[in-house]
Amino acid sequence: MGLEAKLKEEGFITTTIDAVVAWSRESSVWPMPMGISCCAIEMMATADPKYDMARFGSEVMRFTPRQCDLMIVAGTVTYKMAHVVRKIYDQMPDPKWVIAMGACTSSGGMYRSYNVVQGIDQFLPVDVYLAGCPPRPDNLLNALIQIQDKISKTKARDFQDRKLPELTVLHNN
Amino acid sequence: MNLKELIPQKLQEKFSHVKFEFLDYRGDLSVKFEKEHVVEICRFLKEDSDFQFKLCEDVTAIDWAKRKNRFTVVYHIFSLKHNFRLRLKADVDESDCTIDSVTPVWKTSNWLERETWDMYGIKFNNHPDLRRMYMPEDFQYHPLRKDFPLMGIPGSLPLPKKD
Repeated sequence: MGLEAKLKEEGFITTTIDAVVAWSRESSVWPMPMGISCCAIEMMATADPKYDMARFGSEVMRFTPRQCDLMIVAGTVTYKMAHVVRKIYDQMPDPKWVIAMGACTSSGGMYRSYNVVQGIDQFLPVDVYLAGCPPRPDNLLNALIQIQDKISKTKARDFQDRKLPELTVLHNN
Repeated sequence: MNLKELIPQKLQEKFSHVKFEFLDYRGDLSVKFEKEHVVEICRFLKEDSDFQFKLCEDVTAIDWAKRKNRFTVVYHIFSLKHNFRLRLKADVDESDCTIDSVTPVWKTSNWLERETWDMYGIKFNNHPDLRRMYMPEDFQYHPLRKDFPLMGIPGSLPLPKKD
């Protein structure tokens, strides 16, 4: 970025809080790997050295929603699983984003049937839909870059008034 | 003696009061009988030293939709000793949609019968834990029945609210 040279010359830089916050948010998007079926294999491949999601600051897959900014819903979501996905999404701290990875997640895909949710946008706010069955790792990286573009346009105060949703207890016997 | 001849012979000998139907289709033997006798026949097939059908591979059902006996419960059993598969069938009508559970004979059939109950709504008498296998507990319908629409019944499976 030439930051070092600039700092050496002047000793300071001027910027805005919004720019710094957005830059740091987009450069360290920690994903929540919601790997439900076969798309998860491609998601794992995206994190491996060949495709290397670490280049985009997203190598830290956290298996707890409390530390995540981005939920990658990778796989077929059934009506029974939808409650679990939503519960995990609700536990993630704001600001948060969602990638609907693959045909099943985006639209039900080939599972046009009574038990599969025909698109997770029925119960989750989705930021990026990702085509493919399953999508190639490059495609997931592309989705991540689109999320980063989206984050870079946000301002720090955009999320300040968000209220936590009320968590409902699911009785699943 | 060939097992395909021995099974009909011994079954008819042992259960003279039961009406059997035997069908040899593409090398697989099927035995059909009335549902009241399912447990005793299964126990005999498992415990008889000539047969030893010790493995229950699958319990499922067929929905014939318009036939008089609407459902047929099908058991696939396997004899490890003879490397022989046998199919058992029993008709169940919709008006009395129950059949005795074979869990006292094969413990494996516990989950298989739960699945059949979930998908077809056939009740298994004396089953130790007849809950749904796949669908949510409070679901009202049985999805593999022929009169269940492919896309389900709207509103029968609740989704979380989108805020």
